[in-house]
Amino acid sequence: MSLVSIRDVRKSYGAQEVLKGVSLDVGRGDVVAIIGRSGSGKSTLLRCINGLETYQAGAITVDGMAVGDGKTDLRTLRRHVGMVFQQFNLFPHLTAGENIMLAPTVVVKEQKGEARAMAEALLEKVGLAGKFDSYPSQLSGGQQQRVAIARSLAMRPTVLLCDEITSALDPELVNEVLKVVEQLASEGMTLILVTHEMRFAREVGTKLVFMHQGRVHEEGPPKALFANPATPELAQFVGHQN
Amino acid sequence: MSDFSFWIILQNLLLATRWTILLSLIAFVSGGFVGLLLLLARVSHSKTLRVLSIGYIELFQGTPLLMQLFLFFFGVALFDIEVSPWVAAWLALTFWTSAFLAEIWRGCVESIPKGQWEASESLALTYWEQMRYVILPQALKIAVAPTVGFSVQVVKGTALASIIGFVELTKAGTMLNNVTFQPFLVYSLVALIYFALCFPLSWYSKRLEGRLNVAR
Repeated sequence: MSLVSIRDVRKSYGAQEVLKGVSLDVGRGDVVAIIGRSGSGKSTLLRCINGLETYQAGAITVDGMAVGDGKTDLRTLRRHVGMVFQQFNLFPHLTAGENIMLAPTVVVKEQKGEARAMAEALLEKVGLAGKFDSYPSQLSGGQQQRVAIARSLAMRPTVLLCDEITSALDPELVNEVLKVVEQLASEGMTLILVTHEMRFAREVGTKLVFMHQGRVHEEGPPKALFANPATPELAQFVGHQN
Repeated sequence: MSDFSFWIILQNLLLATRWTILLSLIAFVSGGFVGLLLLLARVSHSKTLRVLSIGYIELFQGTPLLMQLFLFFFGVALFDIEVSPWVAAWLALTFWTSAFLAEIWRGCVESIPKGQWEASESLALTYWEQMRYVILPQALKIAVAPTVGFSVQVVKGTALASIIGFVELTKAGTMLNNVTFQPFLVYSLVALIYFALCFPLSWYSKRLEGRLNVAR
């Protein structure tokens, strides 16, 4: 059974339908890269998976938990689904270490000592050992985003959602963040990424999803799809990107 | 003309100033406490709480403080409940202050970027945990300057309590004028004392504002 199952999901803002029946299966350990033009509904789809957005029809389940049916406690769901944002969204009044420790100590009631040890280990994992006491404003964009990744990993999620996490970064800082994501992928973390990094999608992704006008227009193995797009829309999109 | 020398007038005014300061402090503290409750109701997920809070805020912001004082002092007396000027002034100023502070603080809470809510929500924090650990600590920092600024309004607002017979700075001024017939001298002194109380507050508020802007 797939870890994340999306069945015919529809969502509209007023009269405008942004998701027009999207279905997608994500298995454990998959690295799914969602690409597409802005406005194609890719970010909205991602945000439906952890309940940041509601949807009107269809069904989403994560690890057997139904999302958005009003019965599943979103809090329980979110302990299993991590999310990293384009704008990092670190808490500016807390240090890097405190950002990571917040959810474990508040939500899971972990001991301060344990949480601190884990935060230090996670910072080391993302290459930021020694930055525990730095405030977000003292860190570069790339460093902030790596702290944000560490923060979401602190809840030991089964799936990590990444919403254009390198789009707000200066070009020279993109790679340090992608390297961390690549490492997570190699460790078997299930990842769903909305991204504009085509090279990354091709090299690291196990599945490519091309969204167009609120639908999954094409999906399959990244290398094959990039080499032989089946639809003119994807061909054009990939052509524009390269 | 009279036996009241300048120094005696000043001395009496300064003695009465103690009550202006005390009333301001008490109104500000209790108004702040009620204001915090109002704020939490105003930004809560419960529609009932929000509507009640909005109603309260609109009511006390939309009517003159003087009318509120009259209602607490004369209005309540109609129900055969004895209300001292002290209690009436304290209550009216508390209600009035809390309405304005709640509204000032709501602005601060709403100025926190949406991403902060989304990030903390994604980390499985409940609404109140988000408030307690993420939103309010940041909003508090923004709120300090306008809150100190508003305290000036509270100090000046206490002057109205003179009308229901509470002897603070303004009332003392009126009484002294009645015996000395030196309105210009007496009320100039009264105004100067208010200024001495308020100017440091507004100066400090401006300074705090500046400091916050640099940090951003």
